[in-house]
Amino acid sequence: MTVISYRQALHDALREELLRDEDVLLMGEEIGRFEGSYKITAGLLAEFGAKRVRDTPIAEEGFTGAAVGAAMLGLRPVVEIMTINFSLLAIDQIVNHAAKIYGMFGGQAKVPLVIRTPGGGGQQLGATHSQNIELYYAFVPGLKVVAPATPADAKALMLAAIRDDDPVLVLENLALYNTSGEVPEDLEPAEIGRAAVTRTGRDVTVVAYSRMAVVALDVAERLAAEGIDVEVVDLRSLRPLDRDTIVASVQKTNCAVVLEDDWLTYGIGAEIAATISDGAFDWLDAPVRRVAMAEVPMPYAKSLELAALPSAEDAAAAIRETVDAVARRR
Amino acid sequence: MPRTTTSRARPRSKPTAAAPSDTPSEAQELAFYRQMVLIRRFEERAARAYSEARIGGYCHLNLGEEATVTGLMSALRAEDYVFTNYREHGYALARGIAPERIMAELYGRADGVSKGWGGSMHLFDLAARFMGGYGIVGGQLPLATGAALAIDSRGGDEAVVCLMGDGTTNIGAFHESLNLAAIWKLPIVYVIVNNGLGMGTTVEEASAEPELHRRAAAYRMASARVDGNDPVAVRAAAAAALASARAGAPFLLEAVSGRLKGHSVVDPARYRSREEVEAARAADPIAGYAARLLEAGRLSEQQIEDAERDADRTVAAAVAFAEASPHPDPDTLFDYTYATPVPNDSRRRPGEPLFPTMPAVSTAPSTNGAAA
Repeated sequence: MTVISYRQALHDALREELLRDEDVLLMGEEIGRFEGSYKITAGLLAEFGAKRVRDTPIAEEGFTGAAVGAAMLGLRPVVEIMTINFSLLAIDQIVNHAAKIYGMFGGQAKVPLVIRTPGGGGQQLGATHSQNIELYYAFVPGLKVVAPATPADAKALMLAAIRDDDPVLVLENLALYNTSGEVPEDLEPAEIGRAAVTRTGRDVTVVAYSRMAVVALDVAERLAAEGIDVEVVDLRSLRPLDRDTIVASVQKTNCAVVLEDDWLTYGIGAEIAATISDGAFDWLDAPVRRVAMAEVPMPYAKSLELAALPSAEDAAAAIRETVDAVARRR
Repeated sequence: MPRTTTSRARPRSKPTAAAPSDTPSEAQELAFYRQMVLIRRFEERAARAYSEARIGGYCHLNLGEEATVTGLMSALRAEDYVFTNYREHGYALARGIAPERIMAELYGRADGVSKGWGGSMHLFDLAARFMGGYGIVGGQLPLATGAALAIDSRGGDEAVVCLMGDGTTNIGAFHESLNLAAIWKLPIVYVIVNNGLGMGTTVEEASAEPELHRRAAAYRMASARVDGNDPVAVRAAAAAALASARAGAPFLLEAVSGRLKGHSVVDPARYRSREEVEAARAADPIAGYAARLLEAGRLSEQQIEDAERDADRTVAAAVAFAEASPHPDPDTLFDYTYATPVPNDSRRRPGEPLFPTMPAVSTAPSTNGAAA
C-alpha cells in the first residue's frame, strides 16, 4: 500500500492502460506538450508518442465527436475536457451521439469512450469555470457517470471506465487533485454502479459524492466527538445509481442528509431524496435534508464564493438538526 | 471529362492519384441506371407507405439525388466507411444493404437494419460499413472524422466518406471537423450534397460563400464541385477525392444535385416557385441519364422497361417483407441501453415503483408515529 495523490492515481491509471492495451489513446487540449492543464497526463506524450497522446485544437465538439467515431471503430479513446464547463461545447456529441449510438442502431456499434473532466468551485474562477453540472450527463440513459472521491477510487474507477464498452464520464474535482490516500499497487478495476459505505454509523445517513464525500467523512469525525454516529454513503456512481445501498442505510438510521456541490433545485440530491421516499418511507423519522450550493452563478470575490459553496459547517449543522428532529419524535 | 471545377489553396506535398477511367463500360452504365431507378421506386413507395401511416416519424427522400447517390457509392471500396445524414435510404441501397431490411426499418420492425430502433433517419449496417444515418444536422461530421482517425491510428488503407447537405456547412461541427481532418491528414472525403435548399432556406440566404466547395480553402484542403445529376461525373470526382484522402490529403467534394419533392414527405414545398419546380423536374437525373444513353445507343427501351419492372418487383418484395416482419417485442426494451452490463441499471417500465418489494406499512420497524 502506497500513499499517492488523486492526481497521481489518475495518471497511473492512464499510463497502465496505455501500456496494457494498444487501442487506448488519449485526446484533449494541451494534454501532450503542455502535459495537461492539471498535469494528469505529465510525461505520457514522451513515453507513448503523439498518436496515442494526441493534442487537439480548441474544438470540444469536434474532438469529443471524433473520439466517439474512433470508439465506434474499436479504439478506446480517453478524452480530457479541460473542465466540465467546457463539456457544454460538446454536449451534442455526448448526449445525442455517444449516448445514443449503441441503442439507436440496435446494438451494432459500441462506444468504448471515456470522458474525463473536473468539476468543482472554490478556486475563484468565477461563474463560467466553477460549475457542477454532472447532473446533465447523469440524467441520460446510455451514459455512465462515475465520481471518485479518493485516490483509490480515482484509479479503480478510471481503470473500469477504460475497460467498459460504453461511454463513461469520469467526474474529477479540482479541489481533490492534491488530496492523498492509500492506493494498493495491484488495485483492480472497480465495479461501476456500486456505492460504498465509507463509514458505518447508527444515527444518521449522509449521502455524498466527489468532494462532498470527503467533507462528509471529515464532518463525521467531528460529530463523533459530539456523540453523533454518522454513516457515510459515497455514491461513486451517479448513473447507474445504487439505490439499494442508500435505502439500506436509511432503513438502519431512519434519517438522511445529502451533501452535494451542485445546485439544489432538481439536483442529484433531489433524486436521492426521492429514492429514500420510495424505498424507506416507513423508516424515516425526519425529512431528508439537502446541503447544496447556493442557487446563484458562482461569484468571483472570495467572501461571496465561500458563502455560495456548501461547507463542512453547513453540513454539520444540517446533520445536527436532522438528528435533533429524530430525537424529538422518539 | 467529368464536369468538375477544382480549387486548391496550394499544392499538396503528396500527389493526388489519378481517377479511374471516366468512361464506364456499358454494363456499368446499365447498372448505374438500374440502381437509380431502384432508388426512385423505393422512395416513391416509401412516400406512399408514409402517407398510409405505415411509416412513422420523419421521412426524407433521395428523390432527385439518385445520380449523386449512385456515383458516390460506386467509387467506394467494400472496406471503406460511410457516414451520412437522415436522407439516406438511397445510400443504404447503393451500399448493397438488402432493400427489405431497409424497408423493414422504415416500418419499425424487428428485421430492420437497426432492429426497429432507428427508423428512417438512423439506418446502420456494420457489415456494409454503413456507419449510420444521423438525425442531428452535422452530428455525423465529428464521428466520421474520428473513424478516419481510427484508420490513421491503425495504419489501414480504408477511407471514410462523410455525406452532408448544403445547410450543414454552416454548423460549427463542419468547421471543427474539416480543421481536424486537415491538421491530422486523415483519410476522409467530406461530400456536400447541394440541392440548393436547407428545408426551405436557400444556399444563398444561408451561406456567405455559396460556392460551398470553396470553404475548403480555410483548411488548405483540396476541393471540387461536380454535377450531381451525372453519375459518371460524380463517380470520377469521388474516385479522385478518395485517392487523395487515402494519400493523406482529406478532400471536400460538392455535388450539385436536385430535390424533386419537399424537405420531407409531409412538406408540400409551397416556398418554391412553379419555375423552380419545373427546373428541378427538367433536370431529373434519371430521365437525363436515360436520354443520354439512349441517344448514344447504350441503352434500349427494353432495358428501361426491364429496369422499371425489376425495381417494382424488388420494392414490392421489400414491402411484403416489412409488413410480415414482427414488431419488436416490448420485452427487449432494455436490451440496448448498455453494451457492458452494470449493477443497478434501471429497467423499469413507466409507472413501476422503484422498490416493488417494499414491505407493507404495518410491518415497517419505524418509530414514526404517523406510520404506526
